[in-house]
Amino acid sequence: MTDSKYFTTTKKGEIFELKSELNSDKKEKKKEAVKKVIASMTVGKDVSALFPDVVNCMQTDNLELKKLVYLYLMNYAKSQPDMAIMAVNTFVKDCEDPNPLIRALAVRTMGCIRVDKITEYLCEPLRKCLKDEDPYVRKTAAICVAKLHDINASMVEDQGFLDQLKELLSDSNPMVVANAVASLTEINEASSSGQPLMELNAATMNKLLTALNECTEWGQVFILDALSQYSPKDEREAQSICERITPRLAHANAAVVLSAVKCLMKFMELMVSDSEFVKNLTKKLAPPLVTLLSSEPEVQYVALRNINLIVQKRPDLLKHEMKVFFVKYNDPIYVKLEKLDIMIRLASEANIVQVLSELKEYATEVDVDFVRKAVRAIGRCAIKVETSAERCVSTLLDLIQTKVNYVVQEAIVVIKDIFRKYPNKYESIISTLCENLDTLDEPEARASMIWIIGEYAERIDNADELLESFLEGFHDENTQVQLQLLTAIVKLFLKRPTDTQELVQQVLSLATQDSDNPDLRDRGFIYWRLLSTDPGAAKEVVLAEKPLIAEETDLIEPTLLDELICHIASLASVYHKPPSAFVEGRTGLRRALPKSSGGSDNDSAGDQQQQQQQPTVIPNQDSLIPDLLNMDINAPPVVPTAQSAFSGGTLDLLGGGLDSLLGGSGAEVGSSPAPGIPPVAPSSTAGLLGDIFGITSSSAPVYSPPKQIWLPANRGKGMEITGTFSRKNGVISMDLTLHNKAMQPITGFAIQLNKNSFGITPAAPLNVPAPLAPNQSIDVSLILSTSGPVQRMDPLTNLQVAIKNSVDVFYFATVMPMHIFFCEDGAMDKRVFLSTWKDIPSQNEVQFNIENINMNADGLSTTDGISNKLQSSNIFTIAKRNVEGQDMLYQSIKLTNGIWVLTELKVQPGNTTIVHDSVNLTASFKCKQNASAFDDLSLKSRATDVAQGIFEAFDGILHF
Amino acid sequence: MLGGLFIYNHKGEVLISRVYRDDIGRNAVDAFRVNVIHARQQVRSPVTNIARTSFFHIKRANIWVAAVTKQNVNASQVFEFLLKMLEVMSSYFGKISEENVKNNFVLIYELLDEILDFGYPQNTDTGVLKTFITQQGIKTASKEEQSQITSQVTGQIGWRREGIKYRRNELFLDVIEYVNLLMSPQGQVLSAHVAGKVVMKSYLSGMPECKFGINDKIVMDAKMDVAGSSDESQRSGKTSIAIDDCQFHQCVKLSKFETEHSISFVPPDGEFELMRYRTTKDISLPFRVIPLVREVGRTKMEVKVVIKSNFKPSLLAQKIEVRIPTPLNTSGVQLICMKGKAKYKASENAIVWKIKRMGGMKESQISAEIELLQTDTKKKWTRPPISMNFEVPFAPSGFKVRYLKVFESKLNYSDHDVIKWVRYIGRSGLYETRC
Repeated sequence: MTDSKYFTTTKKGEIFELKSELNSDKKEKKKEAVKKVIASMTVGKDVSALFPDVVNCMQTDNLELKKLVYLYLMNYAKSQPDMAIMAVNTFVKDCEDPNPLIRALAVRTMGCIRVDKITEYLCEPLRKCLKDEDPYVRKTAAICVAKLHDINASMVEDQGFLDQLKELLSDSNPMVVANAVASLTEINEASSSGQPLMELNAATMNKLLTALNECTEWGQVFILDALSQYSPKDEREAQSICERITPRLAHANAAVVLSAVKCLMKFMELMVSDSEFVKNLTKKLAPPLVTLLSSEPEVQYVALRNINLIVQKRPDLLKHEMKVFFVKYNDPIYVKLEKLDIMIRLASEANIVQVLSELKEYATEVDVDFVRKAVRAIGRCAIKVETSAERCVSTLLDLIQTKVNYVVQEAIVVIKDIFRKYPNKYESIISTLCENLDTLDEPEARASMIWIIGEYAERIDNADELLESFLEGFHDENTQVQLQLLTAIVKLFLKRPTDTQELVQQVLSLATQDSDNPDLRDRGFIYWRLLSTDPGAAKEVVLAEKPLIAEETDLIEPTLLDELICHIASLASVYHKPPSAFVEGRTGLRRALPKSSGGSDNDSAGDQQQQQQQPTVIPNQDSLIPDLLNMDINAPPVVPTAQSAFSGGTLDLLGGGLDSLLGGSGAEVGSSPAPGIPPVAPSSTAGLLGDIFGITSSSAPVYSPPKQIWLPANRGKGMEITGTFSRKNGVISMDLTLHNKAMQPITGFAIQLNKNSFGITPAAPLNVPAPLAPNQSIDVSLILSTSGPVQRMDPLTNLQVAIKNSVDVFYFATVMPMHIFFCEDGAMDKRVFLSTWKDIPSQNEVQFNIENINMNADGLSTTDGISNKLQSSNIFTIAKRNVEGQDMLYQSIKLTNGIWVLTELKVQPGNTTIVHDSVNLTASFKCKQNASAFDDLSLKSRATDVAQGIFEAFDGILHF
Repeated sequence: MLGGLFIYNHKGEVLISRVYRDDIGRNAVDAFRVNVIHARQQVRSPVTNIARTSFFHIKRANIWVAAVTKQNVNASQVFEFLLKMLEVMSSYFGKISEENVKNNFVLIYELLDEILDFGYPQNTDTGVLKTFITQQGIKTASKEEQSQITSQVTGQIGWRREGIKYRRNELFLDVIEYVNLLMSPQGQVLSAHVAGKVVMKSYLSGMPECKFGINDKIVMDAKMDVAGSSDESQRSGKTSIAIDDCQFHQCVKLSKFETEHSISFVPPDGEFELMRYRTTKDISLPFRVIPLVREVGRTKMEVKVVIKSNFKPSLLAQKIEVRIPTPLNTSGVQLICMKGKAKYKASENAIVWKIKRMGGMKESQISAEIELLQTDTKKKWTRPPISMNFEVPFAPSGFKVRYLKVFESKLNYSDHDVIKWVRYIGRSGLYETRC
C-alpha cells in the first residue's frame, strides 16, 4: 500500500466525499480520509471546510492518526479560531497522558497553534511540562517557551517562564540544556530591550561547557553559538574556555566545527596576539577548516565563504594550504568561484608560480563567469606579488592570443590596473592590445583600452586615429566610455597639441553641447576652461602623476569584517553582509569583536573615534558617582588618582544620560539647542548695564556666560547651586551662588574637582564665611589653577564636581566655557601666524557660522568693535583684510595647555544702514533683533577637538 | 531558526510543505519555485535571498529540498541538517525520489515533526528514530518501554539502547580510503590527498567501551612520551603516518582525544562511521597515468594513454576504469588496447577503458585515433582531465589499525572473546591527470 494515491484525487465532489469518510465508523477509513486531507493541504488546496470533522477524529488512541490531526490543526487553526477551541480539551488532557511521547506531542503542537484563546490554556500545561519527570517532555517544553514568546512575549515574562527556562540550564539532561539555550538565545534576540536575559556568568558557562561534551551534534551548535556571545572577563578565562572548546574541532558535523571556530576566533581577540597560546590555537584551526572542503558541496560553499573572512582576519592561518583550494573539474560552479577568491587572498611570493599555472588552466575552462574571474585573478596576482608581475603579463598576453572574446576583454581590463601599478614598465605590449580594438564590445573593456591609449598617447603613433574611431559613435557609448574618451583625447591634445586640435574641439563640443549627462558636461566644461585659460595648469592637472593603486583589492572593510567574524557559520557570513541588511525588524545588538586588553595603537584610535562621534553629550550623572567617590572630599586640592576614564558612562550616553540631564538641571538646558552648550544669555538688566558700560568706557567688558543651575535644590537636598566660570586678568575663577532652600542652616562647605582635560583644580579651598541660613543665598568665587592632573574628558570641557556640606556630598557635572583658557599672551607674530596657518593641513580646519549678531547692540558696529570685544577675552586680532566688501579678521588664541588656535573671521555685513547710527543704538537693541550678520569662522589648530568649544566661546562672546 | 521546509519535484510541484513559523507564508513556496527551480539562468549558489527571505536548497536527483528562514541562522547547521534529513529518509524508504516521497509523505511529516521543532534540529539519529517512528504506527508499548524510548532520545548515550545481546560478539572494521590526485601532463603532482574513513559494524552485547588504536604520528609520539623510548614503540614509530586532521562520530569522547590522544567510545549497534581523516604526506599513488595527445591537422587527433600500476606485485587492483574525454565534434574513434575493453561513448563524450584486474608493477596502454568533424566555431575545445577509477586492497596513506579493545565490565565476555575483522580498501576519489 502506498500513500501516493492520495495526491491524485481531484474530483469535484471531493470535499463532500471526504466529509462522509471522516465521519465513518471504521477507524481505517477515518485514517485514510485524514491522509487524503493532509495530501490536499500539502499541494495547496483549501480543505479548511473540513475543520470540525477532522477535529472530531482527534480523540483517538492511534498515535499516527493523532499526529495527522495535529498537523491539520497547526495549519488551519488560525483561520478557524472559534473551532480550534474545540481541540483545547483534548490538548489539555493529552498533556496529562501517562505516555511521555503523547505529553510532549501535545505541548509541542499546542505551541504551534497561534490562536490567542488556545495560548491562554497553554500556560498551565506548559508550566507542568517544564518540570516533567521525563527529559523528553522537558526538552520539548523548553522550545515551547520560545514559541509562546513569539506569540505573546509579555505572557512569557508575566508567567515566569523565563525563570523556569533559566533553571533548565542546570538540568541534568544535556539535551534539555541545549534546547533551553536555543530557546533563550532566540528570546534574547527578539527582545526589544536588548538586555541580555541569559546572563552568562562563570557558573552557567561551566554548565554549558559540560553539557557541550554530552549533547547531540545540534545541541552542541546551539551551545557554541550562545557561548560565542559571552565576553570573558580576562585573558585567562578566555584561554580556559578555548581549551574546552578546541576538541569540538574534530567533530564530524561541519556546523559544530564552524561554530567552534567562531568562538575561538572571537576569544583569540582577547589574547596577546603573539603569545604561545594563540600560535598553538591558530595551528589547530587550519586542519579542520581544510577538512571542511571534503564535505558535501553545499557545506563546502558555506565553509569557503567563511574561510574567505577568516583569511582576511588572520592571513597567516592558511598560508601553507594553497593547494587544497585548487579547483576540481567537477566542483559545482559556486564552489569554484569561491575557491578562486581564496586562492588570490593566499597568493604570495612563495606559491605564486603554482597559482599562476593553475589560473592559466582555469582560463581555458567553459564557464564564462569562472573564466572571467580567473583572468581577473591573474591581474590581481600581478598587483599583489610584484615579482610575479612579468610572468602574469606574459600569461595575460598568451590569453589574449586565444582571441576568445570575453577572455580578451577581461584581460584588457586587468592590464589597465597593472599599468596603474607599474607605470612605464610594460608598454611594449600596447601594440598587441591595439590589435584587439575592434573586438571589444563591453563598456568596461572599451573604457580600459581608451584609458591605456590616452595614458600612453605619446608612444602610440596612431593614437589620434584610434581615438577618433571611437568618437564616431560617441552618443551610443556607455557613460563610462564617454568620460574615458573625453579625458583620453584631452591627454592626447596636451601631449601632441599640434595635430589634434580638431579632435579635442570635436570631443569637447560632443560632451558639452550634445550630451545631457551632467557629469560628462561638467567634465567637458572643466577641460574646456582649463585649456582655454591656462594650458600649463591643464597639463599639471590632467597629466598629474597618479597615486599607485592598493595592493589588496576587494577587502572587506575592517569594522564590517570584525562584525562578520562574530557571525561565522551564520547566514551573515555567507552573504558577507551584517544581519541588519537581510533580517527584518528585530536584529538584536550589533556584535563586535572584543577589544584586546593589550591596547594596540589601532584600538586607541578606534576609541577616539567613538568619542568623537558623540562630542557634546554629558555622561549620565549616575555614572559619575563611582568615579567621584574615589575622591577624598576633605583632602587638599591634589586629586587622588581616580581610576579609568568613565568608560561605563560613555557606553550608554544616549540612554539615560540625556534625560537625567534635562530633568536634573532644569528647563534652562532643555531650551538650549544642544545640551552642553551654555545657553545664550537672555537680555537681562545686568547685560544691559554691561552694554552701556561697554559703550561709555572704550574697553569692552569681560565676557562671562550667565549663571546656570548646576545642582537643583531637589537633588541637592535643599541646596541649590548656580554657577559660571570667568577669567579676569589671567585668573580663572568659578563663580558660584549657593542658595539654601532647606529648612536648616548648612555649613562645612568643601569642593573637589575630578581630573579633567585642562587640569583645572582649586587654587584655594572653598571659602564660605558663615553658616548658610535657610532661604539665604551667597556668592562665592573659587580661584582655579590649571596645574592639576590632566585626563581627557568627553566633551573636552566637561568638569565633574563634588560639593560637600553638612548635609551630604553632591556630585554633578558641568561644562566649562572654553574662553577661560585663553591666555593673555595669545597674540602671535604676523609672520609666524602666516607660516603656521599654511603649515596646518586643511583637514584640521573646522568651519562654523555665528548667526544673528546684533550689530547695533554692543559696539559691534565695526569690525574694530568686534576685535575689541574679542580682545577683551584674549582673542587677538593679528591682521585684517577686505575681500570683495567682506572684512576678514585673522586671530590667534593660546590655550592654557599650549594649544594655539588660529581663526579667520569673515564678517558679512547685514543691515548696514543702521549700523553707524549710534543715536538709535539703545532703541535698536530691542527692535533690531533680526538685524543679522553671518560670520564664517574657520579654525585652524593642531588639535581640532577644541574647535567646538572655541566656536561656542566665540558665539557666546559675540552675542554677549 | 528555520521557518519552513519544502520538498519539490523537478517540475516545481510541492510534495512536502511544513511551515514552522508565522513569518513564512504560502508565497514563499512559490517564490522558490519561480526564482530558483524555474529560473532562466542556472542558480549560482545554494543559498538564495528572495525579498529578505533566505532559501537553502539541496538538489538530489530530481528532488529539491528547500529550507526557508527570515533570520540570521547558522547556515552550516541548516545544510548539515538537510543532508542528515535525507540520510534519515533514505534509511527509512531507500532512494530519495518523487515516487518514494509521495509514497511516504505521512511518514515524512511524522519525521519532520520529530527531528525539527520550531525550526530547531532535534535528535536525528536513525537508530533511535526507528525505535519509535515506524511506518506501522507505534504499537502500544509498556510504560517501561516508553520511558526507555524517551531516555534514549534525550540520553547521554543517545545512539545505543541498553540490553542488547548477541550470542557471538563480533566486530568488523573497514578502512576505506579515497585517493585524490591532480597531476600535470608532465607527471608533476599538483595536489594529492587521501580522504579516509573507518566504518565499523559492531555486534556487541551490553554497553561495551571500546578503545581504538591507529598508527597516527601524534598518538604514537604521545605514547612514546608516556612509555619512554622502549624498543617496541620505536619500531612502530617508523611506520606511523601524519594525519592532517580527523573527525569522529559523536560517540567518541572528543575531550579525551584532545588530552590523551586516545580514541574511546561506546559504539552504536550495527554499522556506523567511526572516524574520518585526511592525509597529504607520503601517499603511495597506486596508478600513474601518462597521456600523449597529438593533434594531426584539424580533423584528426591521436591519443595514447599509458597506465602503470605502482604497488606490490602480489596485490591485485580491481574495477579499473580510465575515462578519456573526447572533443564535442568527434565523428569516429578507432581504439587499440593491450588489456581490458575500451569503448567510445558518444553520449558521454569520452572513451571508457575498463580493466577487470591488474597486478602490481604492471603497465598497459591504449591508443586511439579520433576523427573530428570540421566546425567553424572558433571556440577551442578545452581538454578536460583524464580521470581514473580503481579499487586496491591496501590503504594508500599507510593507515594501520593497531588495536581495538573492547571492555564490558557488566557482562562476562572479555576482549579476547570478541571476533574482530579488519579490511583495507583503497579507492579512487578524484584521480585526474591533465592532458
